[in-house]
Amino acid sequence: MSTDTNTDTHPRRHTMKYMLLLRQEPGTGPAEGTPEFDAEMSNWGALMGELGAAGALIEARGLDEESTATTLRSRGGERVITDGPFAETKESLFSYIVVEVDDLDAAIEWAAKMPNATYGSVEIRPLSVHEQ
Amino acid sequence: VTDGQGERVAAALEAAYRDERLKVLATIVRQVGGDLTLAEEAVQDAFTQAAAEWPGRGIPDRPGAWLNVTARRRAIDRIRREQTRTGRRAAAEQADQLTRLANEDRANMESLGNGVTDDRLRLLFTCCHPALSIDARLALTMRVVAGLEVPEIARAFLTTAPTVHQRIVRAKRKIEAAGIPYSVPTGDELIRRTDGVMRVVYLVFNEGHTATASDTAIRADLCAEAVRLARLLVELLPEHAECHGLLALLLLTDARRGGRVDAEGRLIALAEQDRTRWDHDMIDEGRRVLAGAVALDQPGPYQLQAAIAAAHSCAPVADETDWVSIATLYQALEQLDPSPVVRINRAIAVANADGPHAGIRLLDTLDADELAGYVAFHAARAELANRLGDQVSAAAEYERAINSSTNDAERAALRERLRR
Repeated sequence: MSTDTNTDTHPRRHTMKYMLLLRQEPGTGPAEGTPEFDAEMSNWGALMGELGAAGALIEARGLDEESTATTLRSRGGERVITDGPFAETKESLFSYIVVEVDDLDAAIEWAAKMPNATYGSVEIRPLSVHEQ
Repeated sequence: VTDGQGERVAAALEAAYRDERLKVLATIVRQVGGDLTLAEEAVQDAFTQAAAEWPGRGIPDRPGAWLNVTARRRAIDRIRREQTRTGRRAAAEQADQLTRLANEDRANMESLGNGVTDDRLRLLFTCCHPALSIDARLALTMRVVAGLEVPEIARAFLTTAPTVHQRIVRAKRKIEAAGIPYSVPTGDELIRRTDGVMRVVYLVFNEGHTATASDTAIRADLCAEAVRLARLLVELLPEHAECHGLLALLLLTDARRGGRVDAEGRLIALAEQDRTRWDHDMIDEGRRVLAGAVALDQPGPYQLQAAIAAAHSCAPVADETDWVSIATLYQALEQLDPSPVVRINRAIAVANADGPHAGIRLLDTLDADELAGYVAFHAARAELANRLGDQVSAAAEYERAINSSTNDAERAALRERLRR
């Protein structure tokens, strides 16, 4: 098809920033110490390199396990501190990556490359455009 | 004379809404940087202005071009008003872009129409983006691409206008906030996303096709809209065989509308339909479209379903149906789509071609526990048990089918078969 006519007049003049929230159910994915695990680690490394080389990587961090999380709520001046994450879910958040790309389709392409996409999930959240 | 003019203007406006609205809207959406709401308002303004001015100044030679230029000017007005109100800088950028584009188009009116195909495709792919919920995709496609009003969409989908309105507002907000692009995907993604667009069109048709007595007219409109959308897909993606296959399937299925429901609104089984009440012109068109699809040599599930529908429609009476061919087509379809509905229909086709025992054997390969409560499954088992003379099993399966159905017309048809 001829998409050349107007494709270059790209309507979105600004890039978008997205946080990719990487989740997996504990126990899924390759087990540590197996060749599959080593292969996956090198996939992660290569992917981070690819993100960096494409100029899309803003920040990426792994998170310690959910059992180390602490949740605080302030209600009527009272602090309620609970052990554990905001909500117990089957899949736990283990890492986040902030990317800067053209649009959601580009973010989806990166998300599809995350190794955990095949057994866990990648949530794609736009960073709010309003400064906090 | 004045009355005649009024009628001519009304007809011209209606034709322009039907034939030009989407082209104009798609162009404006691109030119305002993907702001769907602004573009819709500007196009609405242009039609309002046309209704006010055309009776006095006459219908323009090229209504589409007139609407295009007018909508662009109204978009500029709206952006400037917004800019004055908020002092936003982004709006100023947009207005500059708009002014530039308006000048370009005035300088070269003949260029209008170039790129319109791509603009409409972009809009369609945006409305059917997989990041939107399926309900949102349906509502947005019917509103933005098909141009239906919110209350019409609500009636067609058996829901309320505020619900549809809310879905559209949320979908637009997600497009904006999540950065859903206003673009046509490329490569493998184009194929995947085209499948998604076709699914939306097919679902629109299905909503219309599952007609009940009370809302037959509205549902028929919905089928007609789906056929229009499928025609648009063929026009925009002519090299995709499955788009032709989808159009063929919808035409061949819709052609049977006149024979599907009796005077009391009850569904009539295919074998018992009065085939003279089918729309044979539409059947001929469906067969031509299917032949065009097959010539592209990219087989797919819509083409196979269309071929099955075509095989039914060329039998002058039910007894002359070529069940051997239909069974073969279902076998090919099952390879691509091993869903229960396909496997059940294949079993029935095989039963008709090779006898009820062969059909039952295929039904027995399905997971009965998983399909408990699935109307088509119970109805098929009932039908084949009946043909084998097993009245007790047949009655029990018909009861299960009736208890599982939520559609009055379907329940009535099943009760009728149980009584026989």
